[in-house]
Amino acid sequence: MNPSTTSRVIFQRPRGLTDAPFSYCPGCTHGIVHRLVAESLDELGLTDTTIGVVPVGCSVTAYNFFNCDMAQAAHGRAPAVATGIKRVHPHATVFSYQGDGDLAAIGTAETVHAAARGERITVIFINNAIYGMTGGQMAPTSLPEQITQTSPYGRDPQTAGYPLRVTEMLSTLDGVALAQRVSVDTPRNIRAAKRAIKRAFEYQRDDRGYTLTEVLSTCPTNWGLNPTEAIAWLQENLAPYYPPGVYRDIVADGFQNVAEAAAAKRERLGETK
Amino acid sequence: MTETLRRPEKVLMKGNEALAEAALRAGCRCFFGYPITPQTEVAAYMAKRMPKVGGVYLQAESEIAAINMIYGASAAGARVLTSSSSPGISLKSEGISYLAGADLPAVIINVQRGGPGLGGIQPSQADYWQATRAMGHGDFQVIVFAPSTVQEMCDLVRDAFEVSDKYRVPTMILADGLLGQMMEPIVLPEALDEDDLPEKPWALTGTGGVRAPHVANSLCLVAEDLERINRARFARYEDIKRDEARAEQYRCDDAELVVVAFGACARVVKSAVDAAREAGIAAGLLRPVTLWPWPGAAIEGLLDGGGVVRRFLTVEMSMGQMVDDVRLTVNGRLPVDFFGRSGGIVPTPAEVLEQIEELAVTGGDAA
Repeated sequence: MNPSTTSRVIFQRPRGLTDAPFSYCPGCTHGIVHRLVAESLDELGLTDTTIGVVPVGCSVTAYNFFNCDMAQAAHGRAPAVATGIKRVHPHATVFSYQGDGDLAAIGTAETVHAAARGERITVIFINNAIYGMTGGQMAPTSLPEQITQTSPYGRDPQTAGYPLRVTEMLSTLDGVALAQRVSVDTPRNIRAAKRAIKRAFEYQRDDRGYTLTEVLSTCPTNWGLNPTEAIAWLQENLAPYYPPGVYRDIVADGFQNVAEAAAAKRERLGETK
Repeated sequence: MTETLRRPEKVLMKGNEALAEAALRAGCRCFFGYPITPQTEVAAYMAKRMPKVGGVYLQAESEIAAINMIYGASAAGARVLTSSSSPGISLKSEGISYLAGADLPAVIINVQRGGPGLGGIQPSQADYWQATRAMGHGDFQVIVFAPSTVQEMCDLVRDAFEVSDKYRVPTMILADGLLGQMMEPIVLPEALDEDDLPEKPWALTGTGGVRAPHVANSLCLVAEDLERINRARFARYEDIKRDEARAEQYRCDDAELVVVAFGACARVVKSAVDAAREAGIAAGLLRPVTLWPWPGAAIEGLLDGGGVVRRFLTVEMSMGQMVDDVRLTVNGRLPVDFFGRSGGIVPTPAEVLEQIEELAVTGGDAA
């Protein structure tokens, strides 16, 4: 039998990614998450109507990798840029892709208020507890005692404060339809992360509200570990401090959108009477 | 769009509201801002009107967020406006640099107040250097219009949108608290239709699966490429300098003393010039309407125009900023003096007249 007539493609680059080679270090999980985002958009048929926003950090050049219209944002401002885009094109799918320094330090105000407004955007939050592109400085999510270039004796909460649990924090806000944390440390968890990211895009498509998907990620280069050790470090240190899970899901709570959920909360609190 | 918005009409309007209405009539349907005195009426007007015309009004959590919403909305292809006053403009400067770097059009209003720091809330022109020299980090300029009447607040907004879109350069209306708060009768222009707006084939709209992705971006890690991009942008700036510089001359033809002033300050100077003429002094007013591009050709014209002018006086509501540009243009050929009030004080016609009289005497002695 002629092999060419029987072979079929079972795995290939998603249409949502360009053929540009990734610029990431060996063992970095950005590439996995990029792929999950692209696959989700492809499977939902949204790639051609999507506009993405990339941050300042290692994924600053991700506009080369996603095969859709893209904007590069000032450091921390991706949610504001995404807001501007979404308000002009309400029917487009708009996502921001941000690291921990971008989203949880310099961009905290934009992050919180985009969530509070219930902007119909999908925020993908890469948490690897370190600044990657600038060479391994302490991040807002660096763990207590974590050694970085700017916490050389280990992060001392007495002076450097405590790490932000962003997903938990945003899960308290009425504008948030979905706040979830996933990890890409095992094939099983990668599959779960894919379902989570896809759900986040579905929520935007269905006009439910703001969604945040935090992805526990690795940075072997700046953690000073090889890729295998980095996965283990994530599992032993990052995941216990930042437990994966769904922290807010208005659909699971029985609501169609954040307006319904917020109205029910007001009623529960007795504010409407 | 409502019928009342469409046709030209004569109205009595506050400067800040004229800015907002003019933007709506220029087809702007996207406003992002943050409250700050003395420009808040722009935002309040937009909050009231935008929902009625199907536009976007959003009060951002900060000036920083507002200018970045502008960046996104502009990249998405909309005519966009933000408005603030001096301290807020400083917060926007990072975003303005990004707009410039990504070649995105936008109109930014600065209704100036006294500074530095929190300063005061009275009218000022002390952001001249910021607007014309350093509106953010990096090699770039913004186009700067300086209205002097409420009618110009209206007219220059439309011009600002047009040139901003034409050259893909962020453009500023540099007003001040006096112009923002004063009321004058103006004629509002007919509103533009959506069809009247320029096409933006570069905008982020989603590829629709029919074209390559568009990218709005100011990052360029290869120095040679970044230099090439900057040189191309500066070549565009040369076109702007050639075609868009504007100034108004008042009684300059036979003026021996030409006072250079812009914005609200120029109104005061105009009165002083009239008073000087009545006193027999050949004074005139040269009023830059664009601050960048700097209308140096107008000054050159006076210098080359028969040699009547013998000296210049620059009057500003600052410690002296535009006077640098006057001196750079005059380049030592004639004396250039300065008179200014700072901190939010508007000079009086009598004060300016006193300066003119003093210089006229001195100038006479020198000759």
